Amino acid sequence: MDRIANPWGERTPYPRGVEWPVREDSHVADGIDQEQVDWFRSASILHSNGDAIDIAVKDGRIVGVRGDGHSRVNRGRLGPKDLYGWQANNSPDRLTRPLVRERGELQETDWDTAMGRIAARSKELLEQSGPGSHAFYTSGQLFLEDYYTLALTVRAGVGTNHLDGNTRLCTATAGEALKESFGADGQPGSFSDIDHTDAICCYGHNVAETQTVLWMRMLDRLHGPNRLRLLVVDPRRTPVAEEADVHLAIRAGTNLALMNALVHELIAHDWIDRAYVDANTVGFEKLAKKVEGCTPRWAAPICGLSASDIAAAAELIGTTERLFSTVLQGFYQSHQATAAACQVNNIHLLRGMLGRPGCGLLQMNGQPTAQNTRETGANGDLPGFRNWANDSHVEELARLWNVEPTKIPHYGPPTHAMEIFRYCEEGSIQFLWVSATNPAVSLPELERIRSILADERLFLVVQDIFLSETARFADVVVPAATWGEKLGTFTNADRTVHLSEKAVDPPGEARPDMDIFRDYAERMGFTDKDGAPLVKWSDPEGAFDAWKECSRGRPCDYSAITYARLRELHDIQWPAGDEQPDGTERLYEEADFWAAPDTCEAYGRDLLTGAPVDESEYRALNPEGRAILKAADYVPPHEEPDDEHPFELGTGRTVYHFHTRTKTARAPELQAAAPEPWVELSDADAETLGVHDGDLVEVASARGSIRAPARIKDIRPGAVFLPFHYGYWDSGNGRSPDGDAHAANELTITEWDPASKQPLFKVGAVSVTKVET
Amino acid sequence: MKLGLAIEQVASAERELAERLLAVGERHRTDHDVHHLTRTLARMERGHIDALARHAARYGVELDRGSDDGSPLRPVAKAAREKGAELLGRRPEPGLLLLRDLRELHLLASGASLDWVALGQGAQAAKDPQLLETVTACHEETLRTLKWTTYRLKEAAPQVLTG
Repeated sequence: MDRIANPWGERTPYPRGVEWPVREDSHVADGIDQEQVDWFRSASILHSNGDAIDIAVKDGRIVGVRGDGHSRVNRGRLGPKDLYGWQANNSPDRLTRPLVRERGELQETDWDTAMGRIAARSKELLEQSGPGSHAFYTSGQLFLEDYYTLALTVRAGVGTNHLDGNTRLCTATAGEALKESFGADGQPGSFSDIDHTDAICCYGHNVAETQTVLWMRMLDRLHGPNRLRLLVVDPRRTPVAEEADVHLAIRAGTNLALMNALVHELIAHDWIDRAYVDANTVGFEKLAKKVEGCTPRWAAPICGLSASDIAAAAELIGTTERLFSTVLQGFYQSHQATAAACQVNNIHLLRGMLGRPGCGLLQMNGQPTAQNTRETGANGDLPGFRNWANDSHVEELARLWNVEPTKIPHYGPPTHAMEIFRYCEEGSIQFLWVSATNPAVSLPELERIRSILADERLFLVVQDIFLSETARFADVVVPAATWGEKLGTFTNADRTVHLSEKAVDPPGEARPDMDIFRDYAERMGFTDKDGAPLVKWSDPEGAFDAWKECSRGRPCDYSAITYARLRELHDIQWPAGDEQPDGTERLYEEADFWAAPDTCEAYGRDLLTGAPVDESEYRALNPEGRAILKAADYVPPHEEPDDEHPFELGTGRTVYHFHTRTKTARAPELQAAAPEPWVELSDADAETLGVHDGDLVEVASARGSIRAPARIKDIRPGAVFLPFHYGYWDSGNGRSPDGDAHAANELTITEWDPASKQPLFKVGAVSVTKVET
Repeated sequence: MKLGLAIEQVASAERELAERLLAVGERHRTDHDVHHLTRTLARMERGHIDALARHAARYGVELDRGSDDGSPLRPVAKAAREKGAELLGRRPEPGLLLLRDLRELHLLASGASLDWVALGQGAQAAKDPQLLETVTACHEETLRTLKWTTYRLKEAAPQVLTG
């Protein structure tokens, strides 16, 4: 089957309560006999689903993949990016040697020179300006062992608060919303809930394109006996919306108004489980008061929806026996992101639909290893979901690392990515190390970001597998090994941990990310308080063993997981400690939340301002550690369409590409499927503008403008959609527009959710004009 | 009965707080967090004047809400502040100015908070439950502004003072 034309493959319909049928997908290079290759176990790396995948190797090269039919995650299925994306590993333009900038040009050099230069500048700046001069911006695409090594090196070696991941752009709101409601990060539900549920709600989650295999599972239930019901909130008529019972094509930036109306309806119709709410939550009275006036009639004109559709959505949620919800960027990257995502948690708490088969929710991740970035504290959190505001948590970490607690900065929340770039802009951060991400394409307001990266005051290190747009601004570029070329673990969006074997050697002199971080720590002479090396491991398994201890007793408990057990069992869902060594399918079965003041990951924030709730307030609010029903008023977005910029901009993904196409554009099938960007417009708007399908249009905001061909689609009138994948590495000068710009982030606004600090890629006003040719 | 005076006092404190929030937001145009949050908070504080206006007539006072644009000179001053922000956006010195501005906002918010306390006490003594409800709700929100100034200052100070 052509999996470009049909990304989801053939249906294997199944009824409720039955195991999802197996369908084994595979793709190997032409002329390769599947019997004549060696297979290495791994999981998919181009989205967050964590599909079990075997890598085929012949003569030291990756030649194909197949899905693992035994896996509880994918039951053998693979998506188009899994089937074709592996070819990027073999791309001839992989970085194979370090590069350093000489007389303005990047030139090949050896490792010693490159790392020596990094360490020299780092030492010089630490001496002159202290640890606040350093920042590290990492990824959602490395392995757990890489992140943990980085987190230790940065927090206890350099001693700076400025460490974050690009997970800030994709999954920060998921983590924040889970902390706000349940006291700690960690997805309550499991993919297997789809086998048991009666209704699914996808909130801003175009699952058909972001997690194709998860969508296959939903589709098989939708096309099977006793079909489940589906609610979709999305301004576009996505493939998911096509299948929906209720599709709410909502106006950008108004999610919270809708969610407050849905909660209003649940309370007004008494579609709530009073006993569950009374026993297991705090904040009901406040929540009920907050949504008092939020009727469907109130929300309808704000959201651009009909009151009867909102009421129908509430009824679907309120009357189903089992409810499963997923949330993604339509909420996370929009106005009042955390508040809207918390309302999804609230719906499950109000209905008592958590911790049972078919009753759960997934605050989804976008990237394959984003969960590990969050667990290990390579984002704006401390390792093991520890609370930076709880001194005993910091002391515990200090004991594990054998450093003084004061060495680990915890006088404020760790610095988030957008603030890191702000400090680079004003010049107080002068050393920035970017690993496995591409801010020159993926951050908002690119002209600003490029000017920051190009600033001569900034010493920029880029660690990547290709010469990305960002790498072209660097002072030093170090070549990394990737998936299939290094050993390690990573964890998907339903807490499933996989071991990814080393199948082939990395190209040239490229090195595993962990080794590069270790090399830096060693050159810097970072030690513990007894003078021993700070990083005490030299291979992935050593890092994993150290991590197990760090996670022991915490919500993300890995302590009973070993490489050997992963090889034996294929996958394990955390928490997996002494009491549940084979893992845990669902969290909070007994409403046993992680919200007690002494153990919680965070005391929460004011959802409007982001100001942290302090410990004493939290103890008074939630002494027993129940779930918290957080609530906030809807307020309009700061930038709304006006006469000059009458359209609402939203950016997003296509099923064929990942991130900034560094890998997917190097897989011929994927690149051919979506070779260039486009602008989606509604039929009605296209007619008004005199635009036909394929016409070149210019889209402009207060930040910049881009040009791309129009696609006339079923999208809500007034809304404009742009894919965010397309940068400049394969056009012009390789790092910035040379002639017409086309990157979606030329247009986006520098603004973020106050609580999660996730940028608002889905709010912004633009104009659209036809380009006369 | 001097409740009318107390209402005017709160309204005036909230108006000043809202105006200073906007001015600080313009001055720190290149600090996006401060720029956007001050607008959110100014809008919230203005809402308090509207909420109080519903009670004011009963006590014989009329409240001036202050327009969204403030004085006639406001657009000029706004442009000047924003331009200043752009020119200084690549330099670290505005950090010190930010700490000073947050301190000023903090004092204004705590002044407004005390005015709410006084009015709330008055509303209880005057047995005016509707007024008391408004005071309680608005005061809680003003405290959010107060907490935000503390938080933002705590967040900014380490980098400003060691950078």
